[in-house]
Amino acid sequence: MSEPLLAVEELHGYYGTAHVLHGVSFTMGAEPVALIGRNGMGKSTLCLAIAGLLGSATGSVRLDDQELLGKPAYKVAGAGIGYVPQGRRLFESLTVDEHLEIVGGRSKGEWTPERIYELFPRLAERKNVSGTSLSGGEQQMLAIGRALVTNPRVLIMDEPSEGLAPTIVENLVETIKELAAGGMGLLVVEQNLGVATTLAERQLVMITGSIAAETTAAELAGDPVAQRRYLGVEPLPDAA
Amino acid sequence: MSGSSQTPLDPAAGGVTDARGATAAEEAVEARAAGAPRRWTVTRVALGLVAAVVVVWLVVKASEDLRQFAVVSLNGITLAALFFVVASGFTLIFGLMRVVNMAHGSLYLLGGYLALEMQDSWFKEEVGGLGISLAGEAGAEYDLVGWLVPLVLATLIIGVLGVIMQQVFLRWNQGQDLRQALITIALSVIFADQMLAAFGGISKDIKTPTDWPESIALPGDVRFGFFRGVIVLGAAVLIGLLLWWLITRTRFGKIVRAGVDDREMVSALGINVQLVFAAAFFLGAVLAGLGGVLGGTMISLAPGEDTSFLLNSLIVVIIGGMGSLAGAAIGALALGLVDAYGDVYLVFGDTDLTNYSILLTFALLVAVLAVRPLGLFGRPA
Repeated sequence: MSEPLLAVEELHGYYGTAHVLHGVSFTMGAEPVALIGRNGMGKSTLCLAIAGLLGSATGSVRLDDQELLGKPAYKVAGAGIGYVPQGRRLFESLTVDEHLEIVGGRSKGEWTPERIYELFPRLAERKNVSGTSLSGGEQQMLAIGRALVTNPRVLIMDEPSEGLAPTIVENLVETIKELAAGGMGLLVVEQNLGVATTLAERQLVMITGSIAAETTAAELAGDPVAQRRYLGVEPLPDAA
Repeated sequence: MSGSSQTPLDPAAGGVTDARGATAAEEAVEARAAGAPRRWTVTRVALGLVAAVVVVWLVVKASEDLRQFAVVSLNGITLAALFFVVASGFTLIFGLMRVVNMAHGSLYLLGGYLALEMQDSWFKEEVGGLGISLAGEAGAEYDLVGWLVPLVLATLIIGVLGVIMQQVFLRWNQGQDLRQALITIALSVIFADQMLAAFGGISKDIKTPTDWPESIALPGDVRFGFFRGVIVLGAAVLIGLLLWWLITRTRFGKIVRAGVDDREMVSALGINVQLVFAAAFFLGAVLAGLGGVLGGTMISLAPGEDTSFLLNSLIVVIIGGMGSLAGAAIGALALGLVDAYGDVYLVFGDTDLTNYSILLTFALLVAVLAVRPLGLFGRPA
């Protein structure tokens, strides 16, 4: 494993009075990591907390030894955390082009709107279309592109495959693998076990607000009992 | 789409539930969401009839005296221009920050008073020695600088005051709608009393430069006030265009629009939303202050004008849809025209109902909300 780029320690998070994250700890380098677990286990809350969007959290989130917890979200983004939220959360009033144009943070790096259009030629064709009138797959491309323009060192993706057709998911997985190969840290929350195991060798399992186990894609793919226990899903038809 | 095949106009349909247990009202909502053609509901037909009656009444009145109709319409349009300047600031602040700034009217009135004080104390040139002593201020002259400098200074001061208000009182209450409303109401009460103490209870007005014409001639032998018709209307059009450019073409505007949609996501993109909020509040307050100077010149400044303009702004943005610039323009126009026509045309034979013209404003509000609960250009928050 590479040296820790992102280090999360004893992270506790709250929604109002609900204690959702119970001491999450893990480290990751510039590598793809999948975060799996059943619904309501706190995966999305963890993403929010790392991105600086959870109002009340204690513990520590460090990027390259720089403490991020407690900083406003725009500084977290500026430090190099990119966030692709669940449900994509595009801006209804902005066109595709405008989504990429407004981005601040470390927008001086290698990821420019032009490069996003190279990565996703579909978006280039639809530059002047409102973000929310795109198809689901295109919306996901835009959500990823928007986060990439901040030139993140770690990209957090919350359920990127949610609600997309299988062929679209395949393309998306290819793109995400390219990003990982380019040396970006990737933390991907996934309910789709096939996607999770294809994207990352490291699999973190989240159960009731903490990382309960770490396993590998190969191990998980060959273990229907673990799949049922961790995800509550029917096992993969075959370990592809 | 399936909803459109059913019988549309059944008065009892509102309460009857069909096999799926959905009421007709729910179905209508579904049908609209699915892009189905609008249905003829009882409300819509009733409102259509009322609108037709109003139009016929206006046509009758207009044909009686076309020149009067032209002047009344111009009155309404210029009043609308003033409403738009003030309400655009209000809607900008609400749209981005969800802050209903109940002190917006106070900023309006204070802007006017500040400009008046500056004009009075710095730019008043007494015309002495002529021996003709007309009442009041008739013996004074003002030049263009004496109107413009107070306008710019007062407007900027109000802008800064708005930012201070936002930073000191509102920033730490973000998302707490009720608290913010109460805080701004409290501020407006304090402002109102302080202004009464400082500027008195008598109605005053800011003077136009003496060499500006009183009125301009229009085709059809109509004369209309120069300041109202040219300056206020021109300023409103200019401000509308500038705001439109700012919102649609600049990065600031794009961030504002994105912030209206999803504030959190904007900050997750590395943008300091707080800075954008402060800038937007500045701009909103500037528009209130500018409105105060224009209104103080066009109409007058007096205690009570603050709440009256707050109310006008509220009505304008409720009609137009909170947070929409186009909505503010349409809402202002509707309110201005209803105000102007109601003041003159509510005479039926010997019965003079013009005293009740204010009620028409609320009738307009009810009519719009009955058809579009979120206002003409409103979107769910």
